[in-house]
Amino acid sequence: MSAVQADLVQSPAVRERPIYLDYQATTPVDPLVVEAMLPYLTQNFGNPASRSHSYGWSAEEAVEKARAQVANAIHADPKEIVWTSGATEASNLAIKGAAHFYSGKGKHILTLRTEHKATLDTCRQLEREGFEVTYLDVQENGLVDLEAFRAALRPDTVLASILFVNNEIGVIQPMEEIGKILREHKIVFHVDAVQALGKVPVDVDAIQADLMSLSAHKIYGPKGIGALYVRRKPRVRIEAQIHGGGHERGMRSGTLPTHQIVGMGAAAELAVRSMESDSRRIRQLRDRLLEGIMSRVDEVYINGDMEHRVPHNLNLSFAFVEGESLIMALKGIAVSSGSACTSASLEPSYVLRALGKSDELAHSSIRFGIGRYTTEEEIDETIALVAAKVGKLRELSPLWEMHLEGIDLNSVQWAAH
Amino acid sequence: MAYSEKVIDHYENPRNVGGFGKEDAGVGTGMVGAPACGDVMRLQIKVNEQGIIEDAKFKTYGCGSAIASSSLVTEWVKGKTLDEAMTIKNSQIAEELELPPVKIHCSVLAEDAIKAAIEDYRKKSGASSSETH
Repeated sequence: MSAVQADLVQSPAVRERPIYLDYQATTPVDPLVVEAMLPYLTQNFGNPASRSHSYGWSAEEAVEKARAQVANAIHADPKEIVWTSGATEASNLAIKGAAHFYSGKGKHILTLRTEHKATLDTCRQLEREGFEVTYLDVQENGLVDLEAFRAALRPDTVLASILFVNNEIGVIQPMEEIGKILREHKIVFHVDAVQALGKVPVDVDAIQADLMSLSAHKIYGPKGIGALYVRRKPRVRIEAQIHGGGHERGMRSGTLPTHQIVGMGAAAELAVRSMESDSRRIRQLRDRLLEGIMSRVDEVYINGDMEHRVPHNLNLSFAFVEGESLIMALKGIAVSSGSACTSASLEPSYVLRALGKSDELAHSSIRFGIGRYTTEEEIDETIALVAAKVGKLRELSPLWEMHLEGIDLNSVQWAAH
Repeated sequence: MAYSEKVIDHYENPRNVGGFGKEDAGVGTGMVGAPACGDVMRLQIKVNEQGIIEDAKFKTYGCGSAIASSSLVTEWVKGKTLDEAMTIKNSQIAEELELPPVKIHCSVLAEDAIKAAIEDYRKKSGASSSETH
């Protein structure tokens, strides 16, 4: 075990930090990835755009190797990979870039209500610029209804943006079917595959993606680096959002951060190589966590489909307990209530609201994110802690008392403030 | 979100958790908030014949600050007359617990809960006293 792993996998007796179960927010950098990155911070520090000396050449070689590693991970050609600062930038570039380029053909965009904020907020900006956006509802299980999807397409639809694996509830959308529909209608298909890479097979041709956003820090790579896949056959065009030296064939200017890119390449290769073994182990841990909690705590609800779902994510609602106080009670576990990007707000999760969950259940949700370094002991400790703390908070909850008395909370006239 | 030590103390060791029979003599019940908003407070007071709040209990569904605010006011109202209890302001609660701006609504709710409990008590005792006269 390396120092990094040893640092993360703490034995219960010496545990100084909370058990990390927030792998959908971010992941630690794998020691193998760190090792690959280090020479590019010190020895091989050249600018990959420097064409006149060996410092530049060796940096460029490293960048191109990483480009091939990322391309291989999604069955693409290296020429189709554009480096960005992360997936938020990749999605901005994809959505704004394609919408602007194809605005002569039409100004309608289709997406889902349960998308990541990087997509939703980008679409909101385009609305301010005169585009029309349909935010399609999903079914109660979080999956898109393909008939409704087809029906939402318009003659002026130029772009659709879909989250492959949902970051809050882990559900996997039917990407092949969606890709087929969009290709039939010649609509540009942007896929946010940030939470999919390393968890499910990702193949840009199988799902007929035209654009695909990727991030390194969700796959045990460094923060601050991502990539956008841009299809060449048939060619998809995007308008650059950042202008400068014409790097990345003009699609994204800016000096390439060699060490970050090397890290993303190494992480992508590792993600694909360890996908099967990681997933098998993580599924066992997920099942253990779910069964452990379900057998000890009443009134627990699973958010999102269990079949079409990555095992790395378990999103549960604990009825009659408020989410923030639960997270406070679970301070021995690093979990989140929904997405880290929205947890600064007091609003209940918009993803769970889109599933038709009541405000109460949306307020009381916890996302457990299991990852490469999660251990069985950590899962068992989590189960014990959750059972104890939910019990304690329910003792404090007037709603739980009313539930035990058989009162239907929907029949109560609440003095809302 | 970082909580003050006082919030954490009340949250981890809440005072006066529980309740009295709603119909019991001398009991006033205030239930404020809504599950949809993420917090519901139930505050109950037990008033003696001298009109002094001799006991108080609460149960709260809500964030740590909401739990702490209601726990704190159960301590504050004990030993007070109804009129004195009516003067407790949300700003005092917020100041005592060092609540951040986004949590001020928790102190507002706690003030509302006191007022609702007193109002309930007065309504009940007013009704019963008019019967005896």
